[in-house]
Amino acid sequence: MSNFFTDNPDLMFALDNVDLADVVALREENYTQANEFDFAPENYEDAKDSYKRVLSVIGEVTGERIAPRARQVDEEGPSFENGKVTYHPLTVQNIEDLKAAGVMGVMLPRRFGGLNFPNTIYSMMTEMVARADASLQNLVSLQDIAETINDFASEEQKQRYLPGFASGEDDGSMDLTEPDSGSDLQSVRLRAFKGPDGKWYLNGMKRFITNGCAKTHLVLARSVEGSTDGRGLSMFICQACPELVVRRVEHKLGIHGVATVELQYNNVPAELCGRERFGLIKYVMSLMNGARVAISAQALGIAEAAYRAARQYASEREQFKSSIDKFPAIYEMLAKMKTKVTASRTLMYETTKVVDLRYSYNLLLEKDKTVGADVKEKAKFYDKAAAVLTPMCKALCTEVANQVAYDCIQIHGGTGYMHDFDAERYYRDARITNIYEGTTQLQVVAAIGGIMQRVLEPIYEQYFADTTLDAGLMAKIKAMYAKHLEAVAFTKEISNTKNGEYHDLRARNLVENETFIFVGTMMLRDAAKDAKRMCLAERYILDAEHDFERNYQVIMSGDLTTIEKHRDVIDY
Amino acid sequence: MSYTIIVFVKQVPDTQNISGDAMKPDGTVNRQALPAIFNPEDLNALELALQLKDRYGAKVVAATMGPPNAAEVLRDALCRGADEAVLLTDRAFAGADTLATSYALTCCAKAIGNFDLILCGRQAIDGDTAQVGPQIAEKLALPQISYVENVVEMEGKSVTARRAIEGGYEILKSPLPALFTVIDANDPRPKNAVRIMKYKKAKTKSEASKAADPAAEMAKLEAKGLVIKEWSAADVNADVNRIGFAGSPTKVKQIMSVVLAAGDYKSVEATEAGVSNLVHELIEDHTLG
Repeated sequence: MSNFFTDNPDLMFALDNVDLADVVALREENYTQANEFDFAPENYEDAKDSYKRVLSVIGEVTGERIAPRARQVDEEGPSFENGKVTYHPLTVQNIEDLKAAGVMGVMLPRRFGGLNFPNTIYSMMTEMVARADASLQNLVSLQDIAETINDFASEEQKQRYLPGFASGEDDGSMDLTEPDSGSDLQSVRLRAFKGPDGKWYLNGMKRFITNGCAKTHLVLARSVEGSTDGRGLSMFICQACPELVVRRVEHKLGIHGVATVELQYNNVPAELCGRERFGLIKYVMSLMNGARVAISAQALGIAEAAYRAARQYASEREQFKSSIDKFPAIYEMLAKMKTKVTASRTLMYETTKVVDLRYSYNLLLEKDKTVGADVKEKAKFYDKAAAVLTPMCKALCTEVANQVAYDCIQIHGGTGYMHDFDAERYYRDARITNIYEGTTQLQVVAAIGGIMQRVLEPIYEQYFADTTLDAGLMAKIKAMYAKHLEAVAFTKEISNTKNGEYHDLRARNLVENETFIFVGTMMLRDAAKDAKRMCLAERYILDAEHDFERNYQVIMSGDLTTIEKHRDVIDY
Repeated sequence: MSYTIIVFVKQVPDTQNISGDAMKPDGTVNRQALPAIFNPEDLNALELALQLKDRYGAKVVAATMGPPNAAEVLRDALCRGADEAVLLTDRAFAGADTLATSYALTCCAKAIGNFDLILCGRQAIDGDTAQVGPQIAEKLALPQISYVENVVEMEGKSVTARRAIEGGYEILKSPLPALFTVIDANDPRPKNAVRIMKYKKAKTKSEASKAADPAAEMAKLEAKGLVIKEWSAADVNADVNRIGFAGSPTKVKQIMSVVLAAGDYKSVEATEAGVSNLVHELIEDHTLG
């Protein structure tokens, strides 16, 4: 009996300890939803208990059913014939199982058939799905599309589209990327025009569209003729139809179970979602932020699977008359892998908590403009904190997934290079996570502003003053923190006085160092709750110290030669 | 038309995941040391009932005989899709063998009444007798089909089912009401999130009596459809001489733990010569003839 929830003490710790009291009270409208829906929680304990039970079922479905099917799904994948994509029968079975478990509309409101769960719980689910089959997570996490419709579409559109999403009958895709618009979505060209009948029609191409064979599409298109930037873009909803042609299915390195396609729009009838011109600047940014959280969880799931495979193999593989995990070179790798996975999970659910708080306080604000200043202040703070933590989280989780999957193969040795073991699949699946929904390089761009503005200061203040945390390790964090402030100021100064590109050049070092301090603090907090976690916090902080110092030295060097001479180096 | 299907289920010790102290020194099962689970083939029976509900419309009643905490498997059944649940519990039921158990469940079926189909798992993993289902059918004078894999069709007052037989299967048609024992031939659906959140709160009368205000608690449960019916021997008009220890002629004389050593068995090649040699050996040592 394999259960991906109950076999994972770190994940269970995360659920037991994440404080969602405010989030749930806000989402449940002070638990008044229980009067209307017999499955809504009556109080916070009731809600937590339900989350745990549902996650346990998902743990069973992912461990018992989905994971054993993953290799075959990876090997055979979907088929594409006569312009029609057909998913692998086992992928279809996976979706059926999740539908039976009733978890296809986890975050949607109950009135549309959803469960009204916070993002934190949804992310725990997607993490487990990805651990079982990373490609399936792509299909499951398209729930973010339904979320976007719920947040921005008209009431009539919501009623038309959301019940189908919640039951799992309908699937979706987000059609953003084009051949010439990847990271730079402002340059999207797909054209939306109003026909003589007053309806919108779409024309153009989209590329690398995950599950582009879906029934319901959210499409970013240029609705303002002659415009060239993001403000001319709007978001549309369209449905699969003969005018929407799947031109090809991509052959990818990994996530084989899900179809990534090229789409051609030949006058596809569409309807506007939300307001015109808000497509990119508001709706897609929101959609992408949600998707970035989901991809972080996907990466975390892959990392968890890869770590476990490596650990098991190392304990079973004997060389020199001993299992290889007895050798320092191997146990150090395993310890680092485990520490990284735990660190990623710590940041993951700290981020989702902030994302949940942001959502709830903003909803409160939207519903009632007369709320007190404290609500406004909180909405503003969590807005900013989510905007920093989301890219930090994606950068960390997805890079860690790659490192752990890499080391997983290394520990397997030659065996890991072969198809016979899952190690190579984890490696291939991990590789896309730090690329799509914004590369790590773009996450750095997204995070650096908030880091320079010291958005997370209130959180540090709270924990730095907490005397229950281990003093020795806290001293180390505070030492890093002091140096970090120095590096932030130094970067500003060099950028202002010598070369403006220095800020961009060293942004990644700064983001990494912020992550060390933030995650170290959170891991220390968790160690105070459970003494067994002290070894993890210690390992993380001791490792972080050295990596932090390197970044710090690089920043403080003020070295401009990369800016000045990179062309000479590249072109030699 | 809509059918009424009774599924008899059992809470059993998880004998498939045995830990060190699973057996007591006297050779009986140490129930405390093993987690209590839904008997696996009863889950198959429940799944078949739920499939019939999906296909033809049916009310699915999950029922079990057991101690008060057996209500847990009923909550499980409700979370998967059962419509009602009945717990048959009474000290007088304790110590029952298959004869007494089937009598008690027969009384339970009569008390539920108006059923079209009774489904049981083929056997429970704590005893592996496979006797209870067939005995209920006998006592209720119902046609029975054992080893059922699935239902081909249900129409009006008849049902066509496929059952496993050695080396293949057969398809049988039976009038309703009937009783099937079901084997591990389907994939039981997972618990459903919405149902979990609702039915985790379902309680028996005894469980509700632990609340601060039992009467109010029961009223609340009634209003929300969250009552697990709890019936005693008297509630189902059971003859006290035919239930529990008193009604059980089977006496366990001795339980042995048998572990075959390497020399205790041998492999026979699946060829004419191999089988011929085996038969010859069995005649030689007078096992045969």
